[in-house]
This record gives sequence, C-alpha cells and structure tokens, in this order.
Amino acid sequence: MPDPAIRATGVVKWFGEGEAKTQALRGVSVEAYFGEMLYIVGPSGSGKTTLLSVLSGILRPDSGSVSVEGANIWNLGSDKLADFRLHKIGFVFQDYHLFPRLTTAENVAIPLILKRKPWNEAIGEATKYLEIVGLKGRADLPPVKLSGGEQQRVAIARAIAGQPDILIMDEPTASLDGDTGVAIVGFVKQNILNDRRCILIVTHDDRINQFATRILKMEDGVLTETVKKGPS
Amino acid sequence: MKGIFKLAYKLLVNDKAKFTALLVGITFAVFLIVQMTAMFAGTMKRASATVINLGASVWVMDPAVQTVAQTTGMPDYVLDAARSMQGVSYAVPVYSGAALVKLADGTYQYVTVIGLDDATLFGRPQLLQGKIEDIYAENAFIVVQDPEFAKLGNPHVGTEFQVNDHRGVIVGIAKVASSGLFGVPTLYTTYGRALQYLPNPRFTIAYVLVEPKSPADVIHIKQQVQALGYLALTKEEFIDRISDFYIYQTGMGTNLLIMTAMSFIVGLSISGQTFYTFVLENLDKFGALKAIGAKSRELILMILFQASFAALTGYGLGIGLCVLLIALARLRLPDYAALITYWNLGLAFVMVVVIAAISSYFGVRKVLRIEPFEIFRG
Repeated sequence: MPDPAIRATGVVKWFGEGEAKTQALRGVSVEAYFGEMLYIVGPSGSGKTTLLSVLSGILRPDSGSVSVEGANIWNLGSDKLADFRLHKIGFVFQDYHLFPRLTTAENVAIPLILKRKPWNEAIGEATKYLEIVGLKGRADLPPVKLSGGEQQRVAIARAIAGQPDILIMDEPTASLDGDTGVAIVGFVKQNILNDRRCILIVTHDDRINQFATRILKMEDGVLTETVKKGPS
Repeated sequence: MKGIFKLAYKLLVNDKAKFTALLVGITFAVFLIVQMTAMFAGTMKRASATVINLGASVWVMDPAVQTVAQTTGMPDYVLDAARSMQGVSYAVPVYSGAALVKLADGTYQYVTVIGLDDATLFGRPQLLQGKIEDIYAENAFIVVQDPEFAKLGNPHVGTEFQVNDHRGVIVGIAKVASSGLFGVPTLYTTYGRALQYLPNPRFTIAYVLVEPKSPADVIHIKQQVQALGYLALTKEEFIDRISDFYIYQTGMGTNLLIMTAMSFIVGLSISGQTFYTFVLENLDKFGALKAIGAKSRELILMILFQASFAALTGYGLGIGLCVLLIALARLRLPDYAALITYWNLGLAFVMVVVIAAISSYFGVRKVLRIEPFEIFRG
C-alpha cells in the first residue's frame, strides 16, 4: 500500500456556541492516495465541505490530525499554512470566484504571481494552462464573457497553474448543465489526474460518479460507507 | 512582490466606476485644501509685502502695530536711540502711508507711498527703467510694476500726475518681490518728500529699519528697544505677527480651519466609503486569494497599495486642478492672491495620507477577518 497523499485521523469540528453548538465532523478518519479521484458525497449539512476545508488547510479542526504527504499541516503557523496551500493544493470553488475585472489569463496567473513569478512569465504560463483546459484564444477575455463551462475551465486552469499535488473541487458541476458538468469532470479525470496528483471532489451529482476512483458517503459528520472503489 | 502590486493595481483601476469615484473624492478634497490654503498663503504674503520688499533684518515699531499697513508714528529719538545701541550696524527710518493720485485723465487712484531714508535709500526696489539717483530729482517717484500698475494708466518714465495735489513725476519703474494686499499701486520716494506730500501726524517715523552687526546682537537690540517702550521684531517675527493678526483677529483663520476640515471630511467620506465598498465587493475574492495561499500581509499590502495609489493619484490631480484654476484666474485677475507653498502641499499630503490610512484600515480589518472557509461554504 503506498503512502497516502492525505491522511486524516479522528477529525472533530464544532460550530457555534451554547445551545446553537453543533458538531460538523465527529471523529472522521480518511485517506486519499495519489492517482485517485475521490468523491465525498452526502446530503446538505452532512459535513462534506467542512471535511474538505479541514483536509485542505483552510479550516482548523478542534481535534484530530491531518497529514499531507506525511506532514501534519495543522502544526504549521498561518504563513506556513498559506505556503502549504499555495504549493500543494489547488482549489476549484463552487462559484469559481474568478476576478471579473481581470482577464482569464490574469485570473489563472494568480497562484504563479503569489509564488513571486514575474508578471509576464506568469501570464505566459497561464496562457499555456488555458490551452490545456481547451481555452486557447480566450486569454485576454474577462471571465464574464465566457460561458459557465468555460468559466469552470478557467477555475480549473487556475487551480492547476500552481502545479499542486492535491486538487480540491467543491461541487464542480453545481453551476453547469448536465452535459457540460459531465464533460468537465471527464476532462479533469483524463487530463488533470495523474500518478502524482490526488483529486478530492465534493458533489451531489450522481451523473459524474462514473469518473470516481472511490466514493465516500457522509452523513451527520461521519463517513458511513465507501460506495465504489475503482482502479487507482 | 511587484506582481502582487500589479494585481492590486489592475483590480483597482479596472473597476472604473469605483476608481473614478475614489479619485473624484480625493481630488476634490485636495483641490479644496490646496486652494484654500494657497489663497491664505497668498493673502499672507501680500499682507507682508512691505516687510518682504524692504528686506530689513530688524523692524522697530510701536507695540500697537499689528500689520505693516497700520502704522503708528514714532518720534525721531527712537531712530537716534537705535543708531546708538550696542550691536547696531546701522538704522534708518522708513515712512509708509496712503496718498491720493490724480491721473492725467482726471481720475483718482489711491496709492501706497513708501518713503526711503534720504541718505541711504535702504530698501530701494530693483529698477527696471530709470536711474535710482533720479529719486532725488524734484517731485520724483518710482512706481512699482506689479498687477496694480495699470491702475495708474501704465505710466512710463516722465509720466506726470498729482499726489495729494502736489506735482509728481515718474523717474523710474521698479519690480518688487511681492505685491501688496489691498490692490493699490505702490510709489517709492524719499523719506523727506513723503513727509512733504502726505499729511502727517506729530510723529512721522513708521518704522526704524535696523541692521545688526551680527545675528547674536538681535536679542540685545530687542531688549534695548523694549526698554524704550517700543518693539523690535526680526523680519520673520514681523511676518508671523501680521499672519497672527489675520488668523486670530479677522476670522480668516477660523474660516480656513473650517474649510480645511470640511474638505477633509468630504474627501474622507467619499473616498473612505467608496474604498470600503470596493473592498466589501471584492471580499469573496480576497477570501479566495487567502484560500489559494495569499498571506495576510500580502493582502494588507495589496489594500495599502490600492489606497495609496488612489490617494496619490488624487493628490496629483487635485494639485493640478488647483494650479490650473489659479492660472486661469490670473488670466482675468492678475493680482489673484493665491500662492501654493510647500506648506500647502505638505498639509494636503498629510490629509491625503490620513484619508488613505483610515480608508484602508477598515478594508484591512474586513479582509483579515474573512475566513477562506466562508468562500468554500459559498
């Protein structure tokens, strides 16, 4: 068994205070491997997004540990944690969160700019990533001039521009029509997933299950079952 | 880091509506601040024109004098006493008063007459036309070529007129460092002739102009003059005294303060609110940047850069607008009293920095509080 890309052990997370206090994660343990496209599914409020946030280093758990490539990320200070996210994690947000007043190339170049690459070099690299996601010739357009599927591809290009080991996708098909959603996730599996990368996807969409390596079901803050295990 | 600043720059200027509103707010505030203080500085310089133009190091006067134009005559012994004081290199009298000039076309015009010491002509202006020794000629006056010059019908050497019903002749045309405040032309003549032409009270010396042997002697001269019951001020002190009079005893200072405060509040309100709205609208994007891996200090730098860029651009535009307005005003009103000084620019700069600091403070607070998890939750 290879070392996991991510290993979470006994992760607990509470929200709120007093009577409103609720437990979002109840001692979740999970492992994700390189070359794997791991889905986390479950009803709204089951803790999927919370788990994804804890695993990706943006939400500190109340207890438990998360190791990425063997290092406990929650022992890192805030600057080191930011560096960890910048170098190890790529995010595709549900609403994309593209900057409407930047061009698509500038949006994609953001992780590179944060990595202190010179502007022109970053834009040049970003243009290549846009080509990878099938958006050749769209580099100078603002995101608002693109369709929903194209915007999703820009978000994917931005997520992979930093060459992360782990790609986090939150509801990647939520804002897309069925065919486009399936096409996008299929594209990701075919072109973005590789032996040195692990992709975690939170989704409600059954139509993209065909691309999953494993599907973990969550309910009330616990992982209930592994629905499918495909080839890794 | 350059890339991050460029990112911040593009996020700011590409939001054209907000950027324009920011610039308008800051430009307007800077314009008002610089314009108000420039008018004040211009007025103050004009109010001290005689002090600046005569250039004496130490001025001896009656303690009642508040401005250079409101003279109280001193007896001749003050001049004699000043000349005999320890540390005085030389001392001369000067006369300053107003006269009525009747021009060749029959019109009347008030003028300021400066009577220079007959023996030394200390404080004489720089001549553009004529010879200084001609000031000793019969009925001779030198006219200052300043924005008020035209009120005397643009005279030339040889032009004749009446001064308080006495014949006067222009023997020279001069230039001075500063024009007067009250919009009247200035004539120079000798002290003796000034006494002949202008109605006089019992005591005629307006000021005694003193040159100390060394700067260290000024303090002793001041003490000796004070012992006589009079007041000795350095040139700078006299200018300050005149400024203080206008600031504290005419309401000009209060008006200036109110206008400056209003400009600041207007600028802060427009710019602060616009910038804060800009940050709020981009809050989810800042959160996304945080999630991607931007450090808090990088986000703070981005916001500070945006606020500083908008502030400095507005500062430049505000000053440019002010310069343009003063230039245009001077096309119509040559003696428009406005003077942009380093002090004006410094004050406006400090206010702009404060506006930028306050505006960015609230934005920074908001951005630091945004949790990337909120972005994930949508």
